[in-house]
Amino acid sequence: MRIKFSCLLLLLFALDVSINVQAAEKKEAPKFYFSNDKRKWNSLQRDEIHDPTCEAINVLQQPYEALSELPYDYTGNNVQWVKALREGFIEPRTNIWPETKIKVLDMDVIMDNTSTLPMVRFPHKEHTEWLDCENCHNHLFIAKVDANPITMYAVLKGEYCGRCHGAVAFPLRECGRCHSVLRATFKGKVGAQPVISGNPEFIAKPRP
Amino acid sequence: MNNIKNQFRKILFLLLPIVGMMTPGVLFAEYADVVMNKRSDKMGLRPVIFPHWFHRIRFRCKVCHSELGFEMRVGSNDVTMAEIANGKFCGMCHNGEVAWSIEHCDLCHSGKPGLKSGIDWGWDKSLTPDSW
Ligand code: HEC
Ligand code: HEC
Ligand code: HEC
Ligand code: HEC
Ligand code: HEC
Ligand code: HEC
Repeated sequence: MRIKFSCLLLLLFALDVSINVQAAEKKEAPKFYFSNDKRKWNSLQRDEIHDPTCEAINVLQQPYEALSELPYDYTGNNVQWVKALREGFIEPRTNIWPETKIKVLDMDVIMDNTSTLPMVRFPHKEHTEWLDCENCHNHLFIAKVDANPITMYAVLKGEYCGRCHGAVAFPLRECGRCHSVLRATFKGKVGAQPVISGNPEFIAKPRP
Repeated sequence: MNNIKNQFRKILFLLLPIVGMMTPGVLFAEYADVVMNKRSDKMGLRPVIFPHWFHRIRFRCKVCHSELGFEMRVGSNDVTMAEIANGKFCGMCHNGEVAWSIEHCDLCHSGKPGLKSGIDWGWDKSLTPDSW
C-alpha cells in the first residue's frame, strides 16, 4: 500500500514538473504549483481585490495571458519591462496628442553616497524611454548632481526612487539592480557620466 | 470495516499534500494594480481597479503621468465621473476612440466593495519603514 502511494506521489511530482516545464516553454502560467516555479500570475477571480461576483471579471484580460508572452523576470510583474520595450515585445505609445515632444536622454548618473554598498547607477536612457523629464524634474529630483539628499530611508519611505520602485517599477528588495557599480572596478568620476547620445535639448519626433 | 476506515484515513493523509500542491501559492493582486475608492463606495458602486500592467503594455508612463496629468500618488487625483465624461483622467482614452467608452461601468468598477484606495496589495511591504 505505502509503496503504491509513494509511487503515486512520485508520479504526480514528475507530472507536475513536466507540465510546468511545458507551460514554461509555451510561456503559459503553470497549472500545478508543487515544483518551485515562480512563474506565477494570479487570476483575477482570486486576487483578493476583484469582486468575483462582478460579471466583467470574465471579460477582463487575465494577467498571465498577456504577461507570459514577455521576457520573464522573477519579481514585480514577472516581466523584464526594459527588455520587453527594447526588444520590441511591446510597443507602448509615447503620446496621444501629436504635438507632444518626446524627450529621451542617454546619461548615467553614478551616486556614491552608499556607505559600504556598491554605488548606485541611475540610467536616464531606460527611464526617459518610459517617463518624461517632468515626472522627476524637479519635484522628485533637482536636475543637478548632488543637489538631492537621497537616503535609503527616504527611498524605502516612498520618496525619490521609491516613488516608482516598490510601487510600479521593480521592487526595492532588488538592491543590486540600483547598487550595481563596484568601487573597486569603477575607473571614471562619480556623478553625471558623459552623454552618449542625445542631450538635455535632444528632442525626438513624436510618433503619430 | 475498521480496516477500510484505516485505509481511508491513509488515503486522505496522502491526498492532503497533493491537494495542497495543486492550490496556487499567490493570494494577492498583480503588482502595481491600483484601487481607487475615494467616492465609489459611498455612491454604492464597486471600487475602481486600475491595472498598470495592462496599460503599460500599450502606453508609456509619460502618456498618463505627463500628457494627461495623473499625479503619481494614489488618491491625489480627484477623479469624478463628470470629469471622465468630459474627457479628463480615464476619459482621455475611454471615450470610444482610443479605448472603449464609459458605458461599460463594470469593467472599471470591478473591485470588492469596501477596499481602501491604494497600490500596496501587489508587493511586499516588509521593507518599508512603517513595518519596522
Ligand atoms: C492613455 C489612455 C488610457 C487611459 C488614460 C486609461 N486607459 Fe484604460 N485602457 C486603455 C486602452 C487602450 C485599453 C484597451 C482597450 C481595448 O482593449 O479595446 C484600456 C483598457 C482598460 C481596462 C480593461 C482591461 C482588460 O483587462 O481588458 C480597464 C479596467 C481600464 N482600462 C481601466 C482604466 C481606468 C480605471 C482608467 C483611469 C484611472 C484608465 N483605464 C485610463 C487606455 C487608457
Ligand atoms: C531604486 C534604486 C535602489 C534600490 C532598489 C536600493 N537602493 Fe539603496 N540607495 C539608492 C540611492 C539612490 C541611494 C543614495 C545614493 C546617493 O545619494 O549617493 C541609496 C543609498 C543606500 C545606502 C547608503 C546609506 C543611506 O541610508 O543612504 C544604503 C546602506 C543602501 N542604499 C542600502 C540598500 C539596500 C540594503 C537595498 C536593498 C534592500 C537597497 N539599498 C536598494 C537606491 C536604491
Ligand atoms: C526617473 C527620474 C528621472 C527622469 C525621468 C529624468 N531624470 Fe534627469 N536626473 C534624475 C536623477 C536621479 C538625477 C541625479 C540627481 C543627483 O545626482 O542628485 C538627474 C540628473 C539630471 C541632470 C543633472 C546632470 C548634472 O550634470 O548635474 C540633468 C541635466 C538631467 N537630469 C536632465 C534630464 C532630462 C533632460 C530629462 C528628460 C529627457 C531627465 N533628466 C529625466 C532623474 C530623472
Ligand atoms: C518616475 C518613476 C521612477 C523613478 C522616480 C525612478 N525609476 Fe528607475 N525605473 C522606472 C521604470 C518605469 C523602470 C523600467 C523597469 C521597470 O518598470 O521595472 C525603471 C528601471 C530602473 C533600472 C533598470 C534599468 C535597466 O537597464 O534595466 C534601474 C537601475 C533604476 N530604474 C534605478 C533607479 C534609481 C537609482 C532611481 C532613483 C535615483 C530611480 N530608478 C527612480 C521608474 C522610475
Ligand atoms: C493608462 C494610464 C497610466 C499609465 C500608462 C501609467 N500609469 Fe501610473 N497611475 C495611473 C493611475 C490612474 C494611478 C492612480 C492615481 C490615483 O489613485 O489617484 C497611477 C499611480 C501611479 C503611481 C502612484 C503609486 C503610489 O504609490 O501612490 C506611480 C508611482 C505610478 N503610477 C507610476 C507609473 C509608472 C512608472 C508607469 C510606467 C511604467 C505608469 N505609472 C504608467 C495611470 C497610469
Ligand atoms: C474608464 C473607467 C471607468 C468607467 C468605464 C466608469 N467609471 Fe465611474 N469612476 C472611475 C474612476 C477612476 C472613479 C473614481 C474612483 C474613486 O475614487 O472612487 C469613478 C467614480 C465613479 C463614481 C463616484 C464619483 C462620482 O463622480 O460621483 C460614480 C458614481 C461612478 N464612477 C459611476 C459610474 C457609472 C454609473 C459608470 C457607467 C456608466 C461608470 N462609473 C463607468 C472610472 C470609471
